[in-house]
Amino acid sequence: MNTEQPLVHMEGITKRFAGVTANFGINFEVRRGEVHALLGENGAGKSTLMNILYGLYRPDGGKIFISGKEISFSSPGDARKAGIGMVHQHFMLIRSQTVWENMILGLDGLPLVLPRREIKERILGISEQYGLQVDPDAYIWQLSIGEQQRVAILQMLFRQANILILDEPTAVLTPQECEHLFETVRQMTAEGHGIVFISHKLDEVMGLSSRVTILRRGKLAGTLDTSSTTKERLAELMVGKKMVFSIDKKELARGRPVLECSSLHALGDRGFPAVSGASISVHEHEILGIAGVAGNGQQELCEAMVGLRKAESGSVRVKGEDMTNRAPKDFIDRGVHYIPADRKGTGLVPNMKVSENSILKRYWKRPVSKGFFIKWSEVAAFAIKLVSQFSVSTPSVETPVRNLSGGNLQKLMLGRELSDDPAVVLAVHPTWGLDVAATCFVREQLLSHRERGGAVLLVSEDLDELISMSDRLAVMCKGEIMGVLERPADVPVESIGLMMAGTVIRDEAFGREGSQE
Amino acid sequence: MEIIIPILTAAVRSGTPILYATLGEIITEKAGILNLGLEGIMLVGAYTGFSVAYSSGSAWLGVGAAFLVGTLMGLIHAFICVTLKGNQVVSGLAITMFGTGASSLLGREFVGFTIPGLSRIPLPVLSDIPVIGPVFFNHDALIYSSYILVLFFCWFFTSTRPGLNLRAVGDNPRAADAMGISVTGTRYFYTLLGAGIVAVGGAYMSLAYTKMWGELMTAGRGWIAVALVIFAIWNPARAAFGAYLFGGVEAFQLRLQTAGTTIPTPVLMMLPYLMTIGVLLFISIKKGKGILFGAPASLGAPFFREERD
Ligand SMILES: Nc1ncnc2c1ncn2[C@@H]1O[C@H](COP(=O)(O)OP(=O)(O)O)[C@@H](O)[C@H]1O
Ligand SMILES: [Mg+2]
Repeated sequence: MNTEQPLVHMEGITKRFAGVTANFGINFEVRRGEVHALLGENGAGKSTLMNILYGLYRPDGGKIFISGKEISFSSPGDARKAGIGMVHQHFMLIRSQTVWENMILGLDGLPLVLPRREIKERILGISEQYGLQVDPDAYIWQLSIGEQQRVAILQMLFRQANILILDEPTAVLTPQECEHLFETVRQMTAEGHGIVFISHKLDEVMGLSSRVTILRRGKLAGTLDTSSTTKERLAELMVGKKMVFSIDKKELARGRPVLECSSLHALGDRGFPAVSGASISVHEHEILGIAGVAGNGQQELCEAMVGLRKAESGSVRVKGEDMTNRAPKDFIDRGVHYIPADRKGTGLVPNMKVSENSILKRYWKRPVSKGFFIKWSEVAAFAIKLVSQFSVSTPSVETPVRNLSGGNLQKLMLGRELSDDPAVVLAVHPTWGLDVAATCFVREQLLSHRERGGAVLLVSEDLDELISMSDRLAVMCKGEIMGVLERPADVPVESIGLMMAGTVIRDEAFGREGSQE
Repeated sequence: MEIIIPILTAAVRSGTPILYATLGEIITEKAGILNLGLEGIMLVGAYTGFSVAYSSGSAWLGVGAAFLVGTLMGLIHAFICVTLKGNQVVSGLAITMFGTGASSLLGREFVGFTIPGLSRIPLPVLSDIPVIGPVFFNHDALIYSSYILVLFFCWFFTSTRPGLNLRAVGDNPRAADAMGISVTGTRYFYTLLGAGIVAVGGAYMSLAYTKMWGELMTAGRGWIAVALVIFAIWNPARAAFGAYLFGGVEAFQLRLQTAGTTIPTPVLMMLPYLMTIGVLLFISIKKGKGILFGAPASLGAPFFREERD
């Protein structure tokens, strides 16, 4: 049955980046009409392997065969000509251009002056065929993440990609949108396309793929037929040893409110409303989770609650004191600490030393500063303590932060924000891109902060994380709070999915609190 | 009318060098490359144009030579910014300093000479239209071609495949690269072409506007063009408006000077610069944040394919 040449055959692929071997001697294959899942933890090398196949990265070793012929791509243009399309984790779309303009980027073989009508008709034709609805005249920046993904997939179909690589496509979708995507994928395989489906979610892999290749720390951990394996086996191959991740969360009575906002409105970077009338409160001894599809105002809400973004209307209170539109430093002085998602942009200064970064929120305080001067010996002492307490692995506290890996950046930031027992921390995607050990560490730190009486506001795209960590879970969609769920672990995931897609849940059992006041 | 028409006519003439420079910079910046060397490239263009026209007797040969030398200076900038991934601001400033010095040094032997320069060609029919005719259609061919260039670029950016690819490279080189567009090739091409057009703007100063060579004769017009690109939100038509505004005030203040007002000359000479910046500032304040989103998002940043952002 499988005497046919595979569409793609990769052999012994090796790729090194400064300091890390992202891929080492990996074999990988895609056949006609199959969904081949590529499974592995963050940093396992999945994206790197596929970027090599897509011509973005040059391998340091190994061979690639397309339909039996050895090839060597020097750019994604070459890969496209060989029928390979890739939908990246962070979509490669031009935000300032329209959908139809994005479709034809870089294509040759079209007339110099663009036949808009024909292009749009072709787009609509393909979008109907695959049930991927888009408006060809919409600008990318106007689209939700789910819509952008549809555009990115269409873009590849428009290019007649025969082999389609989807890099963690479900990370940014609601459960319902995921289902829709799977339908599209099944239709494509039925037509003979070969699909590479990258994920680290076992259920999806089990449900969708016919074969699965597991990568672990850049090495091949195995290729299996999905039908003859189990989730447990996959998990073991993926992590290496059995990792039991159970959250040791004590029952604690909720304390007084620490950080509150009511009817808060704020604008996004483009000047459009990003937060529309949100009301939430975070209490002592509590983790309040915020769920939502990426880009629905979670980040802007947090920024407005720590003084980094202007509140257009509504109010922000810290322990009862009105702090609306006060300076970020006033928030810091009252123990409101913020862990932004963007570690190297907003969170840390990449070119400054570990020690300098560690005092960014205390450089005006004793003993680090004395009058007009900074006492560097105190800074070093403080940083050394922080680094050991939060097990940041760094050559020294004099190392520039840009050389640290993601997990250590996050630990350093966590240490800076948690070291003097703040009243509340707002953590946005704190475990994003971290390996299992670092993820556990971050979660433990947040939980112990809660135990010590602190409040935590946790924004994450990982629903499992949110459900297991949060005492209450607020769901955001289009800048509004769709509802706040008490005991989120007892609520069916489907209802959370519906709320993420914009359904307001008023069911008494869920205890909607968002619209009080 | 009697006073207005000559001023408007002069506005177009004196705005044209800035218009060329602005158009050149717009296409370069659309590719994501910031070129602050405009002043230097214009001066070298003015000098090259004049010296070639003087020695060959052909003004058009001068224009062509200026364009070529401009692209050479663009090549230096592109090599530093694209291939070496150097700092674009530093490279641009160096080019301005180099161009200023080189043109002054080489141009010494031409100081005080004049040439016939580009001749005026009234366009049949069009130049007979009242007001519009004398203001826009009674000039030399380099002015007419600047109109065509403005219209062409407006159309090129939105309606052609290369125009679309160009915008993609400036906005998101990573995505453009992933779509199979050559980021390096695109950036080189438009940096060279843009610098060539800038140099033609300089050549217009010596071949048509003054018909002579003078040290530092562009008098900061290159810098005005750099500012104009931003205030015009990278739109060629708006750039033309800004350039003619500058030209208009320039023409007006020259007339005031000759009419013998009591306002001190240095103050008058500041007027076009002040007015242009004032009006454009007003526009951009009204546009608010919109102006930021008109900018090519990757402007000034080198592109490394295998590096993460
Ligand atoms: N462009 C790059 N430059 C430097 N290191 C990189 C780059 N891309 C990936 N890496 C490193 O290679 C490893 C594998 O990354 P990646 O392929 O993105 O993993 P995955 O997609 O499985 O999460 C990681 O350690 C990552 O830090
Ligand atoms: Mg990845």
